[in-house]
Amino acid sequence: MAKRVGMEVAIAASEAVALCNIDMAAVYPITPQSHIAEHLSDIVADGRIDAEFVTVESEHSAISCVAGACATGARVYTATSSQGLMLMHEILPIVSAMRLPVVMGIANRAVSGPLNILNDHTDIMSQRDCGWVVLFVENGQEAVDLTIQSFKIAENKDVMLPTCVNIDGFQLTHMVEPVEFPDQKLVNKFLPPRKPYATLHPDKPVTMGTFAMGDIFPEVMKAKDEALKGAKKVVLDVFAEWKKLFGREYKLVETYKTEDAECVFVTMGSMGETAEVAVNELRKAGVAAGLVKIRLWRPFPFEEFRAAIGKAKLLMVMDRAIVHGGMGGPVSVEIKSALYGEKNPPAVHDYIMGLGGRDVAVDDFEAMAKKSLEAYRKGVEKDYEFYGVRG
Amino acid sequence: MSLIQNFDLYAPKLVDRKEYLCSGHRACQGCGEVLGVRLVCKGLGEDVVIANATGCMEIVSSMYPFTAWEVPWIHVAFENAAAVASGVEAGLKALRRKGKIADRDVKVVGMAGDGGTMDIGLQALSGAMERGHDMMFVCFDNEAYMNTGIQRSSGTPMGASTTTSPAGKVSMGQKTWKKNVAEIMVAHNVPYVATVCPSYPLDLIRKVEKAKKVKGPSYIHCFTVCPTGWRSASELTIALGRLAVETLIFPLYEVEDGKYRITVDVENPRPVEDYLKHQGRFRHLTPDQTKLIQERVYQEYNKLLDKVENLQAWSDLKYDLGMLD
Repeated sequence: MAKRVGMEVAIAASEAVALCNIDMAAVYPITPQSHIAEHLSDIVADGRIDAEFVTVESEHSAISCVAGACATGARVYTATSSQGLMLMHEILPIVSAMRLPVVMGIANRAVSGPLNILNDHTDIMSQRDCGWVVLFVENGQEAVDLTIQSFKIAENKDVMLPTCVNIDGFQLTHMVEPVEFPDQKLVNKFLPPRKPYATLHPDKPVTMGTFAMGDIFPEVMKAKDEALKGAKKVVLDVFAEWKKLFGREYKLVETYKTEDAECVFVTMGSMGETAEVAVNELRKAGVAAGLVKIRLWRPFPFEEFRAAIGKAKLLMVMDRAIVHGGMGGPVSVEIKSALYGEKNPPAVHDYIMGLGGRDVAVDDFEAMAKKSLEAYRKGVEKDYEFYGVRG
Repeated sequence: MSLIQNFDLYAPKLVDRKEYLCSGHRACQGCGEVLGVRLVCKGLGEDVVIANATGCMEIVSSMYPFTAWEVPWIHVAFENAAAVASGVEAGLKALRRKGKIADRDVKVVGMAGDGGTMDIGLQALSGAMERGHDMMFVCFDNEAYMNTGIQRSSGTPMGASTTTSPAGKVSMGQKTWKKNVAEIMVAHNVPYVATVCPSYPLDLIRKVEKAKKVKGPSYIHCFTVCPTGWRSASELTIALGRLAVETLIFPLYEVEDGKYRITVDVENPRPVEDYLKHQGRFRHLTPDQTKLIQERVYQEYNKLLDKVENLQAWSDLKYDLGMLD
């Protein structure tokens, strides 16, 4: 068994990339992603991996540059955050339509304005519909494991879609956590060299990124949608193989004390660990609380989610972004659509919280549970609220 | 005797017979740009990968499920051709070094129109050139956003009427002087920068061949007549390219390691009027406005001549390490 080491999570994520025999990376610095970029450049500068490291002049060029390299058959990586992800936006759906298995780390951060460098999920939520496989991690170990797994998911011949690993900015990226690195030989076995479907090379000329009008465009969109939905099975297979080789088990939706839970928190990302403590505290106080943590955001695991919530009567969704002018946060909107048509669906209370790095502690989870249970027991309808926000 | 008159006689020996951009594409009649691309490809040969920006050339050559490209080609978006090309270069470089692809030189070439080069693509181009990738970038400059319907760009010449710089009762059309991207590329210390025009095919091909041999970045600015956007007769495309050179509006030159050289001498420059009068986009110009343009053309040409006469190759400059001995 490999040794556990204490390491900053951003550094650990780039160490995980180094285990994947990448050929090329292009990154542009942005807080709080910058430690990933810096450490990866150290790894390349020390000759620990044989890869081209391209220091592009913007995130737009970062994603364009890795797309070009990926089209040659190279295994590629980039990482960004917030405004950088927003600047990449134009290219994200092109990368997925071109079926380029780019892997990207995202150090989740609030989106301006006002300018803010701290954590929430507004950046990735605004890129929700770009056709990427979207994974969330809860701690440093998951950041390492899922980064490696992402290459295998993205490059699978039935997927061939870009994949991103969401690592909460600062809350995770800048924390020193215990991490166990998988053995390089085992990683090589788990992740063999990429076998691209088509590549840019004069030995076999191909045309990529053609112009398509209404006679074929919808078919391309349908193919992308089907590939993304089909990615769920591949993610499950990759998780199963990971467990076999490395012993750590991953699920699309993780559960904590949900078996007999009456009210269940729903989280994504690093907040899950705080919520676990809150569940324990609530249970000590006699509340049958539970927790569901969504790991795979796209494709959304509808069946697994419905199974995970069990017989809960009340869901309390922790949303770290907002659908402006809509029905709360993006996670609750998704969950409501997952529950539509179900017999006796649970009530869904949405809490928009932790925006722009606002701290959410165990006490806050307990307070939200108390609020929700009161409303639920009185039969009061409740949709969403900005938790702990003045005004 | 000019190059063009000898073309038929020498062409079989001087020009690659093979077509890399095949017929059947959807370019307009008399399109100077598609001719420019065709000739650039002849200069490049087989061992290339092309990264094309969104624009006319992408639209006319790649309507799914067809392709006019005989060489590997990728299009991602509008402003990022240079970034994509730099990624292709980095990818091929790593794969070749690691023995995953054939061990031979493949030139990566970014291509874009004037908008994709001079306006929206300038940042990506500057970045790629500054990083020193082994890649060529070719701007096919037809002096406006033709693909979207003839809107002005920073490549549109003073006085040209476009759909967003229309001539009107109180406007002469485009109110700014054309941006000189070749000079901007020289300022990036790009070792080979050249201007070309498909009306001078052998000059064009020779420069592309030279740029291909450069280990590092190179930039070619290709002047391409657009009958649709310029409102000129399609049969005048070649003649207008020649007139642009003969009036000194678009001088053909190259800059090798900082040394300027004019490659097509113009002994008796013609007045700009000879070039302007064939184009609907300039039809509204008054004699005073034409004079303004004439003055600027001379000024720009004088600046170029000054560089030709006074600038030396970097290797011939004053300071070198020998001085420390």
